[in-house]
Amino acid sequence: MNTPASLGPEAEARPTRAPAAAPAAGGAGLRERVLSALATVYDPELDEPITSLRFITSCEVTPRGEVGVVLRLPTPQCAPNFAFLMAADARRAVRSVPGVHGVTIELEDHYTGDEINGALSRGEGFTGAFPGETDDDDLEALRELFTRKALIARQARVCEQMLSSGATEHDVVSATVAELPVDNPDATRALQLRAQLGFAATPDAPAFIQPNGEPVALDQLTRWLRAARLIRTGLEANGGMCRSLLAFRHNLDPETQEVGR
Amino acid sequence: MYEKNGEKYFIVDSHLHMWSAGPDNWVKGQEQYAKGWIECFHAYMGLGPPETHWPIEKFMSYTHEDFVKDVFEDGGVDVGVFQSTYLKEWYTKGFNDAEQNAALMEKYPDKLIVNGRFDPRDGDAGLKQLEEDAKRWNLQGVKLYTAEWNNGSRGWRLDDPETQPFLDKCKDLGIKNIHVHKGPTIWPLDKDAFDPRDVDKAATDNPELNFIIEHVGLPRIEDFCFMATQEPNVYAGLSVVIGGLMFARPRFFAKVMGELLFWVGEDKMLFGSDYGIWEPKWQIDGFIDWDYPQPDHEEFSDYPRLDDAGKRKILGLNAAKLYGIQVPDGMGQPDAAAKDDAQLVEAG
Repeated sequence: MNTPASLGPEAEARPTRAPAAAPAAGGAGLRERVLSALATVYDPELDEPITSLRFITSCEVTPRGEVGVVLRLPTPQCAPNFAFLMAADARRAVRSVPGVHGVTIELEDHYTGDEINGALSRGEGFTGAFPGETDDDDLEALRELFTRKALIARQARVCEQMLSSGATEHDVVSATVAELPVDNPDATRALQLRAQLGFAATPDAPAFIQPNGEPVALDQLTRWLRAARLIRTGLEANGGMCRSLLAFRHNLDPETQEVGR
Repeated sequence: MYEKNGEKYFIVDSHLHMWSAGPDNWVKGQEQYAKGWIECFHAYMGLGPPETHWPIEKFMSYTHEDFVKDVFEDGGVDVGVFQSTYLKEWYTKGFNDAEQNAALMEKYPDKLIVNGRFDPRDGDAGLKQLEEDAKRWNLQGVKLYTAEWNNGSRGWRLDDPETQPFLDKCKDLGIKNIHVHKGPTIWPLDKDAFDPRDVDKAATDNPELNFIIEHVGLPRIEDFCFMATQEPNVYAGLSVVIGGLMFARPRFFAKVMGELLFWVGEDKMLFGSDYGIWEPKWQIDGFIDWDYPQPDHEEFSDYPRLDDAGKRKILGLNAAKLYGIQVPDGMGQPDAAAKDDAQLVEAG
């Protein structure tokens, strides 16, 4: 099974860190860069890239830099709100790649696929897909809720590693961002999530924070770790179920490539 | 009675369906929803052992005979509880309404219990219907589906003010078990309708009622656990947990079980097969044998253990207590351990 740890630093990069020099349009190089950009799009509920979750059915790039991406989800009735977030994020990420001159995102085999694809092609938000039935603010609130959960789960994994490597409880609660392990995908991702939530991620900021951004105090550490493990279990179990459903539905070998045809 | 290794187990399957989901029952103009719904359920069946998978045609329209064989004969289920799911916006006669379930219950009145439903958006007419249903089928429980669509509304919450009159009505009618579907996020659109936190207030305000959270709020298991640990009348319904994870993802299953045993405890967990998504036999069989894959590994070492007595509670005795089901002698009695402890304390 793929875990974020197996993705390497490229997959964790933000879209803004795509190569600065504009390369020539089209060609295999562009497709690779588009896939790298797609690898920065996360399932907001699972906190995993849509590429390692194998949600990309296909990614086609014409010589003129027109990109067509087909997305698939584990079931035809996966939540439309999360489906929309991923499709819209994918569109944004691909558009930011230098050399891309047009993007079509298509969500396939989904019961609200027509509504979502239509809104995306018109450049509209979730309310454009379901006018009068929803509110874009609700969608962002939902995303934020899951970003907080993901942050706690990632941080706690780093914290557990530090504790098992000999750090004391006092060490970890007084640690700063500068003292976090380098080249640790969970630590890197946690800092991205902090930035998304507007929490300080400067070198002198506390290494481990609560969902509200406050540092974790010594007497809170045990409960924070216990709660974080529960959140992580929920994320992992759900992610596992999604992978199994997708593999069953599309008859996928567990070890095949991340992007389809 | 399920027999394994020379031992007999009293089984209450607290989550069963007898649905009708074939094209003949799809509402015109809503076919893609009706089809999508049953295909989604069918995909879940894929998480069980391959030899238990059915083709989609059978899955849409299994028969009473299939049910009797799979649940009673092969599964050894002593008593089953039907959780009615209406979905009449998509299925002409309902997906599996109380009427459909009751048709089978009437053949096996000692082995089957039918739960009803309510929807606070139906107002006074809904209250009246609940009263009629309760008398007709002697309801002890209801299954609530907060994500269900209703006249342009795409969900409701247990802490909506409109819900309380329905909970009051349940108390008047002797309905004490409130099963709430809080599971995989199949449905939420504008509302996050599978967020379990609305149960918190309802459980606090209605201590006479039991709230069984079906599918333990997956993927919101932490929201569920934090609530369940504070509310004595909140229970974990293990449908989908066992069926969806025990075979397909055994390590995750072990962790989810460990967390539930830690936060909720073996006295408040209820087996449910979610038949016809999954047959009960392989679930019961595997659960009786289940242990953490590496009990001493650091991933599992500090989770509570689950012994044979605990498994008996989860497989039947806990639900028997909630539904007033008579448990035969020698099967373990639900309160025996607790009473012994109390006597010891008094004697000491």
